[in-house]
Amino acid sequence: MDRLSEVFSALADPTRRAILARLAEGEATVNEIAEPFPISLQAVSKHLKVLERAGLITRGKEAQWRPCRLDAAPLRGVAEWVTEYRRFWEERYDELGTYLTKIQKEN
Amino acid sequence: MPQNLTVTTPSDLEVKMVRVFDAPQALVFEAHSSCEHVKHWWGRGNPLDCEMDFRVGGAWRFVEHAPDGDWAFRGEYRDIEAPNRIVQTFEFEGMPGQICVETLELTEEGGKTTVTSVTRFDTKEERDGMIESGMSEGAGQSYDALAAYLAKLS
Repeated sequence: MDRLSEVFSALADPTRRAILARLAEGEATVNEIAEPFPISLQAVSKHLKVLERAGLITRGKEAQWRPCRLDAAPLRGVAEWVTEYRRFWEERYDELGTYLTKIQKEN
Repeated sequence: MPQNLTVTTPSDLEVKMVRVFDAPQALVFEAHSSCEHVKHWWGRGNPLDCEMDFRVGGAWRFVEHAPDGDWAFRGEYRDIEAPNRIVQTFEFEGMPGQICVETLELTEEGGKTTVTSVTRFDTKEERDGMIESGMSEGAGQSYDALAAYLAKLS
């Protein structure tokens, strides 16, 4: 799988997105990351592996703590892709919203 | 109302968009179903040439005359269930042969209509080609902006 596909796949899961949102606030250990989730540490570790493979997080070397850090670079590719895509459709749908209001008033 | 369009990526080859319109479902559906309506909004404020044969198997072609050039799109209606669902192919003529499938679903609640659109790309080349410029390394984005972006995805 190419990098962008891996990032898209990694982001397809709500738990993984929540983990990334947590790491956007600063680095954290696996235990800290797992705390708000009603799932096992093992399940969290699996999600972290997916995120690590996609290049979205890096893990420290410090003994058993191995804090996780967000790596924003690959996310930027997806964020930009989505931003561009959104721009077109937002303009289009804004026009549709305005048009719908107009024809409802006329009728 | 800023950010009233949500865009998510449910899988690596799909983009999902959700938008709520303050109009009844039948009207929102109608706005998608004839050139008379489509030319008022699809061009994002630019003049639009529109041809459509709104029936299953029928073709459509839109040309948007934007300040930066003419952009032509075409496709075919695969499934139509008025006023709930439209499935159509979508092809940008600038990238002929790269065809994605769009599924549009409409639901109404309290007089407002939610339009959910899922675009499925056949290959990652199509997905990447759709927005070439989106692939460029952008200017530095702060972690705050990224956190906001992630919150939006959640």
